[in-house]
Amino acid sequence: MVFSVLLYTSLAIFIIGIVYKVSTWFSRKVGISSRNTKTSGRVFAGLKGIAGVIFGPKILDLLKAFLLDVILQRRILKEDFLRWLMHMLIYGGFMLLLLMHALDRFITAKLFSEYYSTLNPFMFLRDLFGLMVVVGVVIAIYRRAILRVPRMRTNAMDRYAIIIMAVVMLSGIFLEGIKITSHSEFQRMVENFSDTDDEEELKALESYWVQNFAVVSPDVKGPFSEEVLENGFELHDMSCAACHSRPQWAFTGYAVAKAVSPVAVALDRMGSVSFLWYVHILACFFGLAYLPFSKMFHVIATPVSLLAKAVMEPGTSDPLNVATRQAMELDACMHCGTCSLRCSASTAFEALGNEFILPGEKMVFLKRLVAGKTLSPEELKAIQEGIYVCTNCDRCTVVCPAGINLRDLWINVREDLIQRAVPVPCVLSPYSFVRGLNREKLQPYDYPRPVEGAKEAASKDFQNLMDRSRPLHFKGNGSSTLEKLPDAETFAYCFGCQNCTTVCPVVGCYENPEEKLGLLPHQIMCCLGLGLVDMATGPRMLWDCVTCYQCQEHCPQKVKVADLLYRLKNLAVKNLRSS
Amino acid sequence: MKYALFLGCNIPARVSQYETSSRAVLKRLDIEPVDIREFNCCGYPLKNLDRKAFVLSAASNMALAEKAGLDLLVLCKCGYGTFKEAEYLLKEHGELKREINRSLHDSGLNYEGRVQVKHLLSVLYHDVGIAALKSKISRSFKNLKIATHYGCHALRPSAVTRFDDPVAPTVFDELVRVTGAKSVDWATKLECCGAPLMGINDELSVTLTTRKLEDGRRSGADFLCTACPYCQIQFDTVQKMMILHKGNGGPLGAVLYSQLLGLSMGMDAEALGISMNRIDISNVTSFLSEET
Repeated sequence: MVFSVLLYTSLAIFIIGIVYKVSTWFSRKVGISSRNTKTSGRVFAGLKGIAGVIFGPKILDLLKAFLLDVILQRRILKEDFLRWLMHMLIYGGFMLLLLMHALDRFITAKLFSEYYSTLNPFMFLRDLFGLMVVVGVVIAIYRRAILRVPRMRTNAMDRYAIIIMAVVMLSGIFLEGIKITSHSEFQRMVENFSDTDDEEELKALESYWVQNFAVVSPDVKGPFSEEVLENGFELHDMSCAACHSRPQWAFTGYAVAKAVSPVAVALDRMGSVSFLWYVHILACFFGLAYLPFSKMFHVIATPVSLLAKAVMEPGTSDPLNVATRQAMELDACMHCGTCSLRCSASTAFEALGNEFILPGEKMVFLKRLVAGKTLSPEELKAIQEGIYVCTNCDRCTVVCPAGINLRDLWINVREDLIQRAVPVPCVLSPYSFVRGLNREKLQPYDYPRPVEGAKEAASKDFQNLMDRSRPLHFKGNGSSTLEKLPDAETFAYCFGCQNCTTVCPVVGCYENPEEKLGLLPHQIMCCLGLGLVDMATGPRMLWDCVTCYQCQEHCPQKVKVADLLYRLKNLAVKNLRSS
Repeated sequence: MKYALFLGCNIPARVSQYETSSRAVLKRLDIEPVDIREFNCCGYPLKNLDRKAFVLSAASNMALAEKAGLDLLVLCKCGYGTFKEAEYLLKEHGELKREINRSLHDSGLNYEGRVQVKHLLSVLYHDVGIAALKSKISRSFKNLKIATHYGCHALRPSAVTRFDDPVAPTVFDELVRVTGAKSVDWATKLECCGAPLMGINDELSVTLTTRKLEDGRRSGADFLCTACPYCQIQFDTVQKMMILHKGNGGPLGAVLYSQLLGLSMGMDAEALGISMNRIDISNVTSFLSEET
């Protein structure tokens, strides 16, 4: 009764959870490209797309992906053998346990008329599958806690997944082990299945089970005489043997049984068997009910993602389906850290200390953002930088074991985040190169705004400083403001020949360069000579510098003009980052 | 000869024909490129943001090559320049080097400064040599006029990059002549392609590119020749996307040096990814002769 109530409650929560989660794939809007999509349109487009695949030639691609990517998990194997082994052990063991053990009444018993959970091969296989999961979980803990795969972060969800699996497995193994030793279980079985009431005979049977089936009895203890055991065997053969293989075959439970045998009688009296049974089924039911809301939901979302990847083509798929796929992909990410491990920008994370630079952490954040989280100003700044400090090398997309198209996800979400009215200093760097290449795709949005906003923010005080009615406060070489530019003192050799400005191709592009660029290269060097560092960090010349180093190459005084412009850019960015 | 091949970020994602053709050419010259999976961004885009971040990125790659006991072969000029600058800074500033090595230590790396950083063109010119290259040419180009684009970040600052003479460089021209093509003189040969400003000031970026293309056409060149993914994207993708439709004359296609060399070595255009260039340059094969 309790069992059924718990089972159907958790199953109901599970099903409602799955329906809810899948519905969010069609309703949630990721980034900028899904802003104007409607749920109904996306559901319709999705159904149309699925029908098109099932009744079209792409069904072959789908089946191939199902076999190679979903069942055999080729993408994980390509990345790391140990991880593939871990995942195959957990997922293979768990699926087999689910089908053979948890659903035995519906599946195993229907397929095999001779099925008994305590008979071989079923008993042995159950322990084998259980051991597979345990070994997989041990590898998972090893990877996260001991091996310390670089940049792999372990969050609460990862811990939950490992813990729920460990509790289910260990409670199952201990339940089995203690049940083997349990004298009360033995008595219960005797009452139900033996054909005799004869005390002597029952004692012989008990002796036989203590001797051969690891039961720990408070009444009988070995060594037993040959005769008693022979009598016991006769009764065993008649009443028990048809349903019981030797417990050694349940090798994990048997090991537990042997280990606890000195205290088995006490454990049995304390009601350990029913306690562990509750722990085991409650853990299973909790895991089931919570699955749609936990990391374990990837067991559903990740195969869907892999299949979507197999049949969706970049550029030709319906934009509505792309929007749905991106919402789904957030659930398909199981925070495995492969993308963060292979990320080209990972050293930027190490130097700048912003966790959101790691793609795996961006995904965790995006899940919360898309679910409706509001951002604090600090979080917005951090995620804007994190999403922009990306070299667009596409490695994350290539290696993602879940087949998530991270490239398109970044482009889409990046645009949304940098269009918010907060200046993002890192747009003023070659990280903008790929955004520039994609500008035609971004034209409906305000393409120039993020860059213009950052340039304006960087030169906020510049116009004031340049006000000709204001006296200049010279600070001179060696002043404290210059300490912001350590080992950059080559400007001191400038004698104002203006060669740098003359050879600058950027200056040469304008009729009236000072108006466009604020200060020209030689003027910036002059500023530095006068200690006017704040003024030197303001002109647009810094951001319009094409970094061709003509100025530096042609300086007769070996002033490192281009390097100094870089140092000033760094300083301006630092000021913006900390403001 | 063995080198650690540094592809960088742009080539695998956007100019994969550069990788394909370079590997094909290197194989023909018995050079073994070793792939190091842990390579990350060279640090080039970080130069605008933070010096330590850029030096750390560069140093991490150089330390990986050092660990493998190999010199770095870089295909990208911006990557090459960034490595050379990081190398220079780490040599000049002991405190910076200690700080960087402290950060590298966590990943089990250490940068000593033993590794040499070389661009593909330097390897071909200095390590393989013009004579050895010539011996591999099986069908040279006839009447093909090429405008070499040197690329700023390899050439300058010359005291740091040490690629070639910054005012009158010859390495690239000689490499082009090996293939039988003529290297034309053009006024803006040593100027910037405009790529560093793409995305930051597109208008200025495209102006610089357009000037070079016009100058290249005026010089009578049939193609520009590049050896850097940024320059190649700028002359190929950006030219096609933002310049051609504005009526700036016909296209001046850009061929990667590895493609040009491969063709003259008798390789198939398809194997060199000629068709992957955005602007159709397939007529480059019509300049091939049967002579060596």
